[in-house]
Amino acid sequence: MIDLMPQFIVNIWDSLPPLVQYLTVVTWKILFVTICVILAVAFSTYFERKVIGSMQSRVGPNRVGPLGLGQPFADVIKLLIKEIVIPTESNKFLFVIAPLLSLIPALATWAVMPLHPGFTIANINAGLLYVLALTSVGVYGVILAGWATNSKYAFLGAMRSAAQIVAYEIAMGFALVGVLMAGGSLNLGVIVEAQSGGFSNWFLLPLFPLFIVYWISGVAETNRAPFDVAEGESEIVAGFHVEYSGVAFALFFLAEYANMVLISGLTALFFLGGWASPLAGWTFLLDTPLAFIAAPSFFWLFLKISFFMYSFFWFRATFPRYRYDQIMRLGWKVFIPVTIVWIAVEAVMAWLRVGPWAGLGA
Amino acid sequence: MAEIQNYTMNFGPQHPAAHGVLRLVLEMDGETIQKADPHVGLLHRATEKLAESKPFNQSIGYMDRLDYVSMMCNEHGYVLAIEKLLGLEVPERAQYIRVMFDEITRILNHLMWLGAHGLDIGAMTVFLYCFREREDLMDLYEAVSGTRMHATYYRPGGVYRDLPDAMPKYQESKFRSEKDLKRLNAAREGSMLDFIEDFTKRFPACVDEYETLLTDNRIWKQRTVNIAVVSPERAMQLGFSGPMLRGSGIEWDLRKKQPYEVYDRLDFDIPVGVNGDCYDRYLVRVEELRQSTRIIEQCVAWLRENPGPVIADDHKIVAPKRVEMKGDMESLIHHFKLFTEGYCVPAGEAYSAIEHPKGEFGVYIISDGANKPYRVKIRAPGFAHLSSMAEMVEGHMLADVVAVIGTQDIVFGEVDR
Repeated sequence: MIDLMPQFIVNIWDSLPPLVQYLTVVTWKILFVTICVILAVAFSTYFERKVIGSMQSRVGPNRVGPLGLGQPFADVIKLLIKEIVIPTESNKFLFVIAPLLSLIPALATWAVMPLHPGFTIANINAGLLYVLALTSVGVYGVILAGWATNSKYAFLGAMRSAAQIVAYEIAMGFALVGVLMAGGSLNLGVIVEAQSGGFSNWFLLPLFPLFIVYWISGVAETNRAPFDVAEGESEIVAGFHVEYSGVAFALFFLAEYANMVLISGLTALFFLGGWASPLAGWTFLLDTPLAFIAAPSFFWLFLKISFFMYSFFWFRATFPRYRYDQIMRLGWKVFIPVTIVWIAVEAVMAWLRVGPWAGLGA
Repeated sequence: MAEIQNYTMNFGPQHPAAHGVLRLVLEMDGETIQKADPHVGLLHRATEKLAESKPFNQSIGYMDRLDYVSMMCNEHGYVLAIEKLLGLEVPERAQYIRVMFDEITRILNHLMWLGAHGLDIGAMTVFLYCFREREDLMDLYEAVSGTRMHATYYRPGGVYRDLPDAMPKYQESKFRSEKDLKRLNAAREGSMLDFIEDFTKRFPACVDEYETLLTDNRIWKQRTVNIAVVSPERAMQLGFSGPMLRGSGIEWDLRKKQPYEVYDRLDFDIPVGVNGDCYDRYLVRVEELRQSTRIIEQCVAWLRENPGPVIADDHKIVAPKRVEMKGDMESLIHHFKLFTEGYCVPAGEAYSAIEHPKGEFGVYIISDGANKPYRVKIRAPGFAHLSSMAEMVEGHMLADVVAVIGTQDIVFGEVDR
């Protein structure tokens, strides 16, 4: 890459102080990842409408641009030019700040995601804690939005969301304790590397119950069907964002989908080996054009994220909505005990070096 | 600071689950309903009063607009009452056509109910599945009467016209490929009866499809089992009828108990529930979809064999054919009389009730011998059901309110009239 640049650019670059060099590179990385995530969000709305459309024997968007691919942009433009109505009785500062509070953590979490071997914006050792912290901050946006709106519907949505997050954060945290034990590190890159070397090394098998709990809790955390009680369309109309319009609403929308992509990515990292290829052992592929499928790369992470995104849409098309107290019951009485039991099982099995647990925490 | 125990919440009239214009004032303790107060009248159009001001025939169209998801059944109740007052005989073929369309309407209504109920509880796909089949039935309405909803097809003395020999077909368009067109029109090549027969053949599989999405779904069961339980005694005290009553385990169906038209000659079963909860009412209605299909099948078979007149031959009530009018003085006079002042109905009163998809739909007419009714009273099943709302949701959660609205199958056209 450097060789292709004209000499004077290289000279200017070399003359910069190392800190500036570092900041420039990181800024470009951040911009690159953020734009990619936002594009992924835009097209996942299109993907969702197409997937659910075909499940419901409809066609989905097909009018804007070829195959309706222009639809996400048309939606964005529509939302941008709509008026933002701020209710008179609302707390204006919180009302405006809330959408940002839910969007920023959803994007900031990408900083520690290992997207490709060797590519992470910030390769920090406390990556897992950072992820846990930021995903919990995201819910403040929802709660503040519901509170600031000063509407009973929004308030109910916020209350539901708060209670739900408390229950599911715990289950999620416990599931991650299992991952932490298996990976032997809080660094996400290390966790992924611990799973490289083919399908059998993924944490999916030894941590299967934790995977299920983490994934379902993830769906609940993102307020997606069948856990979408915080916005429960038919009960409390739109819940916490009932009074939001225009760009303010668009930010919530963006945050929801960014969180979905994020949860899909995290589940892939923790249990499905992130960018690791399931076919890593297939050496006979090495000299063929198909060599890339045996190599660890972003390609595999993308596939895994797409799979989980598809499952999100699939759930939405299939399941009725849980009632709020039933969600609580599921969280407290099923998920938390399951995770606690499985952490114990995992610890004992790994200590005894039995079956698929033998290689864990090495 | 004052301690606040309960708060009130205004549910509707603009609410996605309000099924039109229901306004509920809920007194809530957190998420739990302490008291629910349904407000009616937001869709009041004075149908009964309007009917007093115009000749009998001209109100048939208003009846369509009562329960606007089961149009022909409303008409049926009204024309039956007029026929009772006039002592008019209806040709057998017309009776079969009416029964067939009553059952088509029942399927239309139950599909709308199933879709909306599913959507209220969050099952989005059922809604679209139901509307796929509704589309075919709507086409039947259109084929037979010219409109997809407000048919005005039943007339005192029979039905407006015989079943058409051809079904309307889908046309080509930019977004519809040749192959799609062929698939869409495959069942529409023959007569209307062929199309209906084809529908009855494929519909049970469609019902199976809806059921796979809901009947054994754990979330669906959690949301409906033991929600809004009504005991059989209480259901009778509250004036329930139709699936609401049968869901509580009382086998009451006017088609069996007081057969009208040709229901006594048809073979069908009446499903009843056991527990009287939302889930049982759901099962009852789904089974009614299947039973209605059976009835339609039998009607199609009979209608194929037995051509004949579809409206009474009494030109004092029924307008003569338009072609006859061109050469026949008497027909011209009948036409003029019928379309200016209508016909006079002998003084007296009559109540006729039919098994409407939602329950007992009754029309009570008092005639003073004029060309207009002196008074029309409509007994709408939805009104009795809605008035039990407070009792059914008390102690349940907010999310159950929408399940109860769904299970009651409320349509405000008939509740507010």
